[in-house]
Amino acid sequence: MLQYIVRRILIAIPVLFGVTVLNFFIINLAPGNPVDMMVNPSATPEQLAMQKHELGLDQPVWAQYWHWLTQLFQGNLGFSYSTREPVTQILVAHIGPTLLLMGVSLIVGYLIAIPLGIICARKQNSWIDYLVTGFSFFGISVPHFFLGLGVIYVFASKLLLFPTGSMNTLGGDGGLIDTISHLVLPVAVLATGIAGNMVRYVRSSMLDVLGKDYLRTAKAKGLSQFIVTNKHALRNSLIPIITVIGIDIPMLIGGAIVTEQVFQWPGLGLLTIQSITSRDYSTLMAINLLAAVTVLFANLLTDILYAVADPRIRYD
Amino acid sequence: MPVTEQRQPLLQVKNLKKYYPIRKGIISRTVGYVKAVDDVSFDIYPGETMGLVGESGCGKSTTGRSLVRLEDPTEGQVLFQGKNLANISQREMRKLRTDLQIIFQDPYSSLNPRKRIGDLLAEPLLAHKLATKKDADQKVNEILEIVGLPKQYKNRYPHQFSGGQRQRIGIARALMLRPKLIICDEPVSALDVSIQAQVLNLLKDLQKELNLTYVFIAHGLGAVKYISDRITVMYLGKVMELATTKEIFEHPKHPYTEILLNAYPIPNPHQRDREQIVVEGDVPSPANPPKGCVFHTRCPFAKDVCREKVPQLTGKDHLVACHFPLETVNV
Repeated sequence: MLQYIVRRILIAIPVLFGVTVLNFFIINLAPGNPVDMMVNPSATPEQLAMQKHELGLDQPVWAQYWHWLTQLFQGNLGFSYSTREPVTQILVAHIGPTLLLMGVSLIVGYLIAIPLGIICARKQNSWIDYLVTGFSFFGISVPHFFLGLGVIYVFASKLLLFPTGSMNTLGGDGGLIDTISHLVLPVAVLATGIAGNMVRYVRSSMLDVLGKDYLRTAKAKGLSQFIVTNKHALRNSLIPIITVIGIDIPMLIGGAIVTEQVFQWPGLGLLTIQSITSRDYSTLMAINLLAAVTVLFANLLTDILYAVADPRIRYD
Repeated sequence: MPVTEQRQPLLQVKNLKKYYPIRKGIISRTVGYVKAVDDVSFDIYPGETMGLVGESGCGKSTTGRSLVRLEDPTEGQVLFQGKNLANISQREMRKLRTDLQIIFQDPYSSLNPRKRIGDLLAEPLLAHKLATKKDADQKVNEILEIVGLPKQYKNRYPHQFSGGQRQRIGIARALMLRPKLIICDEPVSALDVSIQAQVLNLLKDLQKELNLTYVFIAHGLGAVKYISDRITVMYLGKVMELATTKEIFEHPKHPYTEILLNAYPIPNPHQRDREQIVVEGDVPSPANPPKGCVFHTRCPFAKDVCREKVPQLTGKDHLVACHFPLETVNV
């Protein structure tokens, strides 16, 4: 197993390298550059050229990439073109809010989806099954920006129950209760989508397992229905569920770009949009690198969890 | 084991019916019923083996599963030691499962792939609180020895075993609770012929040692003949004939039994030219069974009365449901 993990990590290195090459060149293909975005429109061409030279933007793209890569190996992600702060510092400031928002949303989504999926499978074609399936389609198909604006209109603007956005009240104490009240609406939006997706996988995977002969065996042993469903059936239906969780984990980093924008949540999603509009190459590269690492890590974690959930799966 | 009428039956099946609704349309209207088991009655005495034979889809497995309440019967009674299993609560039924066990047909799919054999076997004991973890482990060792598997195997998972070994595990599982009655639902039909004999011998030995009563369901007559004391022949959810194994094989009274026996190859070339009754057509749909005798559509001796009137199961020791039992035809 350890050997397998080491091998997977070694394979991940060239993959990451390829990801950075693609990202760097695609970002540079976009029209405009950081200098156009930050100087005042009346600047002379000489001033622009000087700025570009100062930032190294007058060099060929491959030279810029080489410079970025060598700095990366020294642990330096560079400076933001727009704010002149170190990129590492910016990332650290934005990653916390995103992890909080997405972590809570994933947990809430799963806590809703897994029991509902089991109930749907147990009571297939009942009214509760139809109701949950309807809810699931709603969660998958309604876009987050629309749902987000909808809940802001109803719960923040009309009912005044929750704040419209941001993570803490301006000038407030920034305490836990304040943060929680700011979390409710974006988490509701994100968890609806996550649960809507997950509930379908849990339902179909459980349905598949509930028809298996060994559950009849478990019943014949005289086990209670609760144990049959939650110990024998659920554990055997974990593989598809783990797959979906593995796909969901990268969302912890980059999943909420739209939702963060709608709720002005000071996380990585908001930072991404800001970096794109200001052509902040170094910050964008760092966000992309982080996302790529997360995806590769989540894939590895998924494969390890398969082996934990199913003894028939072995990696030698 | 000889059957004597004086003994109390261990299990009595009275007019057992299992109908599955056929649903159609968006509001799932019930448009009819599949009559999987239709008015089946028989008694099972302690220590005997009752064979249950018939073609695929004749309701023998449904009958078997209804006996241990893995199916809820639509109508009728299953009396086990005076209790009607058909209408007791799930909780009461769970307790009775210590006495009533079942061995399943497919040893590949009937074992949970995520559980070690030792855990699988110990689970019923722990669920019924009949043993502590330590005792259960001891009992797992014992049972593995009884079914002829090394006790080190208990740390393995089901996929690490062959079909025959898995069926031994299935048998061990059924034996864990020391039941009185075991339903063997085609326990050998998924196995190689060479392994079949091993498993049948194991079942026979266990019956002697532990004084078990079996209901042995099969579609192959060979295994049934070898293991059964009495045989019930089923067709389309109904009992056609019920008698001792010897009677069924030597003096079959129902044309369907005769046809089944004919279909069973005899390993003797000198009997090559024995008289054959050939049956034509397929089994009718149990959703729309024929009127009168259910077998009349395929019976070579069918007369008008067979198409109109349902024959009753009659006789003292040798029961048959036919208007014209074979002896009268032959004479």
